[in-house]
Amino acid sequence: MDTILLQLLNGLDKGGAYALIALGLTLVFGTLGVVNFAHGALFMLGAFIAVSVQKLLTISAKVRDESITFFEAYKETPYLELWWGDTGTMIIDMAVPISIIVAIPIMLLIGLIMERGLIRHFYKRDHADQILVTFGLAIVLQEIVKALYGANPIPTPAPDIVSGSAQIGTFLGLSENLVYPWWRLIYLGFSLSIIAAVFAFLHMTTFGMVVRAGMHNREMVGLLGINIEKRFTIIFGLAAVVAGLAGVMYTPILPPDYHIGMDFLVLSFVVVVVGGMGSLGGAVAAGFLLGILQSFASMNEIKSLIPGIDQIIIYLVAVVILLVRPRGLMGKD
Amino acid sequence: MYTSIDPSTTKKDTMLLTAFTLVVLTMPLWLAPLGAGYPDLLQKFAIFGIFAVGYNILFGLTGYLSFGHAAFLGVGSYTAVWTFKLLSMNAIPAVILAMIFAGIFAAVIGFFSLRRTGIYFSILTLAFAQMSYNMAYSVLTPITNGETGLRVLQEDPRVLDKLFGVEAQGSPVSSIFGIQMSGYSGFYFCAVMLIIGFYISLKIFRSPFGMKLQAIKSNQTRMEYTGYNPKPYLLTAFVISGMYAGLAGSLMAVTDPLAGAERMQWTASGEVILMTILGGVGTLFGPLLGAGIIKYFENIFSAFNEASLHEVFAFLPDWLENIVVTLTHPFVGEGWHLTLGVLFMLVIIFLPGGIMEGGRRIQAKFSKKAATAKE
Amino acid sequence: MADNVLHIEGVNKTFGGLQALGDINLNIEEGKTHAIIGPNGAGKSTLLNVCIGRLFPDSGTVNFDGKNITGKQPHEINQMGMVRVFQTPEIFPELSLLQNLMIPAFAKRDGAFKLNIFKSLRNEKAIEEEATKILWDFGMADQRNNHAGSLSRGDKRRLELGMCLIQHPRLLLLDEPTAGMARHDTNRTIELLKEIKETGMTKIIIEHDMHVVFSLADHISVLAQGRIIVDGLPEEIKGHPKVREAYLGNAEI
Repeated sequence: MDTILLQLLNGLDKGGAYALIALGLTLVFGTLGVVNFAHGALFMLGAFIAVSVQKLLTISAKVRDESITFFEAYKETPYLELWWGDTGTMIIDMAVPISIIVAIPIMLLIGLIMERGLIRHFYKRDHADQILVTFGLAIVLQEIVKALYGANPIPTPAPDIVSGSAQIGTFLGLSENLVYPWWRLIYLGFSLSIIAAVFAFLHMTTFGMVVRAGMHNREMVGLLGINIEKRFTIIFGLAAVVAGLAGVMYTPILPPDYHIGMDFLVLSFVVVVVGGMGSLGGAVAAGFLLGILQSFASMNEIKSLIPGIDQIIIYLVAVVILLVRPRGLMGKD
Repeated sequence: MYTSIDPSTTKKDTMLLTAFTLVVLTMPLWLAPLGAGYPDLLQKFAIFGIFAVGYNILFGLTGYLSFGHAAFLGVGSYTAVWTFKLLSMNAIPAVILAMIFAGIFAAVIGFFSLRRTGIYFSILTLAFAQMSYNMAYSVLTPITNGETGLRVLQEDPRVLDKLFGVEAQGSPVSSIFGIQMSGYSGFYFCAVMLIIGFYISLKIFRSPFGMKLQAIKSNQTRMEYTGYNPKPYLLTAFVISGMYAGLAGSLMAVTDPLAGAERMQWTASGEVILMTILGGVGTLFGPLLGAGIIKYFENIFSAFNEASLHEVFAFLPDWLENIVVTLTHPFVGEGWHLTLGVLFMLVIIFLPGGIMEGGRRIQAKFSKKAATAKE
Repeated sequence: MADNVLHIEGVNKTFGGLQALGDINLNIEEGKTHAIIGPNGAGKSTLLNVCIGRLFPDSGTVNFDGKNITGKQPHEINQMGMVRVFQTPEIFPELSLLQNLMIPAFAKRDGAFKLNIFKSLRNEKAIEEEATKILWDFGMADQRNNHAGSLSRGDKRRLELGMCLIQHPRLLLLDEPTAGMARHDTNRTIELLKEIKETGMTKIIIEHDMHVVFSLADHISVLAQGRIIVDGLPEEIKGHPKVREAYLGNAEI
C-alpha cells in the first residue's frame, strides 16, 4: 500500500511537468496549427532562468575568514550576506521562488519574440517544415545555453524550509516510512494550479472561449477576429510562460543541464499524441497518466518481471495508442 | 526538383555515373588541398553520403519525415560487430548481414509507423527509435554491451576464420581477403559502396516506382483513387532507406570495429535530416553534398579553439581581434552544433530546396541576364 | 441485372443521427449517362463517396459489374474500373503534365502495387505515347513538361478528366465537372463529355447546371433529403411537380 501510494506520488510530479509542457504544445498546435519542436527548449530556458537568478544572487566577494586564525584565509561570501546579513541569506535561499516572478516577463518576452520573429512565417508552411525549423531553433537555444553554462547539470536547491520531506505516512495514519519530499508536493500543487489557471482563462474569458472554438474547429479560428495575429502571439506567449514556469519549478527536483529540454520534449510530444493532438484535457490527463505509469514501471518488482520496461513504457503506450486509437485518448475525429 | 523523362537522359545518366565514380575515387587527391584528404574524414564522407542518399529515398521521394533512422544505423553497426565476433573479420559478410538485419528491423517499424501519416508518422518513428536506444542501454546490454559499447576481442570465436585457418594477430581489424580495412583501403571500400548505393538510388529515381513515390508525396488521396495501394510502396521505400542506414552503420564498424548505443539516439536522425535538407531534399546529389559539407565543416570548426582563432584574426587591430574572437568563439570547437543549428534554420527559412535550389536560382538569374543581353 | 454496370440496393448512411442517404436503390445501365441532381445537401456527394469506397454504407449493398464492392478500398474499386473526377481537382501538382497522365496509365497496367524499381522510365515508351496522345487530344501537348500545379483551374479539371480517361474506365463518376467554370470553359467541357459519350462509356454525373444535365443525360435521378424522389428520362423530369417542390420553384426546370 505504502509503495503504491509513493509511486503514485512520484508519478504525479513528473506527470505534472509532462502535463504543463504538453498543455502548451497542444494550445499552440490547436490554435496556431504549428508543431513546435522548440517547446522543450522553453522549458529548459525556464530552468536556466532559475539558475541565473541563483547565480546573480550569490555573486560573491572574497572576505577574510575569521574562523581560521592560524593564517590569513579568505572565503567567498555573497554580497547579499555582506550587506544584509541573515536577510541576505534568506533572499539567496529563496532563489527559486524569486525566479518564478522573474521568469514570467522574461518567458513572455521570449515567446513573443519567437512567435513574431520565426513561428509566424511558418503558419502556411507544412508540418514537416515547422518541425524542422523549430528543431533547428531548439538546437540553437540549447547550444547557446551550453556555451554559457557548460555541459554539466547545475544544482539549484529549493528553499530551506521546504527541503525536507513530508511525513505523509504519519499524516494519513499509514507507515512512518512513507515520506515524500516537500518540494515535489509543491510542484504537484503548482502544476495543478497552473493547469487550473489556464483552463479558467480559456473557459471564463471571451478571449479564451474564442480560442477554444478555434481549437474545436480550425476553420473557426477566423473568429479570432481582425486582431488574429496579435491573439496568436498572446497564445504563444502564454504557452511559453507555462513551459518556462514548469522549468523553473523543476530545477530543485532535477538539476538542469542544456539538454533537459530535448529530453522532456520527446516525452511531451508522446504525451500530446497519446492525449489526442489538439485536446487540452487529453494532454493533461495523458501527462499525469504517463508519469504514473513510468513511475510504476520503475518499481523493482515490476522491473524484475519485465526487464527494461521502465525505459520504454511511455513509448510503448504511445505506439499502442496511436495504432488502436489514432486520434489519441480524447482526440476528436 | 522532379526528374524529367526526356529520352536524352540515357546518355546523360551514364555520363553522370561515370563522372560520379571518378570524382569519388579521386577524392583523396582533390580534397587534399582543402585539408580533407586524410582517410578518417574521407571514410566519413562516404559513410554519411550513403546514409543521406538512403534517407532521401524515403523523405525526398515520399515526403515521409522519419526521426527513427538512427536506429537502423545502430542495428547495422551492432550486426557488423557481431559478425566480426562470431563469423569472420572479413568485411563482406558483415556488410551483407547488417543490411539484412537493418532491413528486417525497418520492415517491422515501418509496418507499424506507416499506418499513420504526417506528424503522427514522425512521432511514431521517434518513439520506436527512442525505445530501441533506451533498450540498447538497458535490457539489451548482453547484446550491445551497454554504455561501454560493443568491441571485437581477440578471444572471440570467429567460426569462419578458424575454419579457414585465419588467425587474428593483436587487436583484430576487419579486412577483405587480406587487405586491412583501415586508412585508404577502408576509404576505397566505403567509396565503392557509395558508388553502388548512388547507382541504385539513380535507378530508383528514374523508374516507374520512383515516379509513383513522388506521386504519393504530391497527392496521396489521388493515388488511392487512381488504383494504387500506397502502403506497400511506402513500406518498400522505408525498408530500402533503412537498409542504406544499416549499410552506413556497418561501414562505421568496418572502418573501426566497435559499436555504441549513442549512434541510435534521435539527434543522430536529426543529423541525417539536416544533411538531406541542406543539400536539397528529393534531388539526386543534394544529400551527398549536404553530408560532405556538414562533415567537412564539422572537421574544420571543431578543430578551432580560442588560441587558433586569435591566430586567424591576428591581422586585425588588437581591440577588434578580441571582439571578433569573443563573437566567433561560441560557434567553433565544442560550439560546432550551434553553427549547425543556425545554418539549419537559415536553410529552412530562406532556401527550403537546399543548396541545389540555390544553385538553380543562381543559374536562372544568369541565364536571364544572358537572354536580356542577347536582345 | 447483367446490363447494369452499377446496382445500388437499399443503401443507408447516417452521420451522427442525421440521415444522409435513406434506402437508395439505383441502377446504372450499360453505356448510359446517368445524372443525379438535387438541391444542396441532398446527399449527392455522399452517394458518390459510397460508390467509390470513401465511405462505407451503414446498410445495403453496392454491386459493380455483378460483384459486391461494399466495404472495398478505393484502390480496389478503381482497379475494377470505377474512376472518379473530383469536385475540386485532385491532381499531382508537383509533377509534370506528362507524369500526371503516366501515373494512372501505370496503375491500369501494373495494378495496385508493382515493384519495378530497376525498370527505367525510358523503356516505358508505350505508356509515354499513350499519355502524350491524351495531351494532344486535350490541346495541352505543348505544356507536357510543365508542373501541373501551374495550370489554370479549368485546365486542372480537364487534366484530371484525362487522367481518368487514360484508364479506360468501365464507369466514370463526374462530381460537378463544370462547377466554378466560366461559360466558355463549360461549353468546352460539354463538348468533350459528348465526345466521350459517343464512345459508349457509362457515366454518372452530378451537376447543378441544368444546361449541362439536359445536354448530356440519358437518365436522371432526383435526390432530396437523402432519398430518390423521382427517377426517369430527362423529359419526364422536366417540369415534374415533385422536382419543382424539391427545388422550391427553381425557374430553370
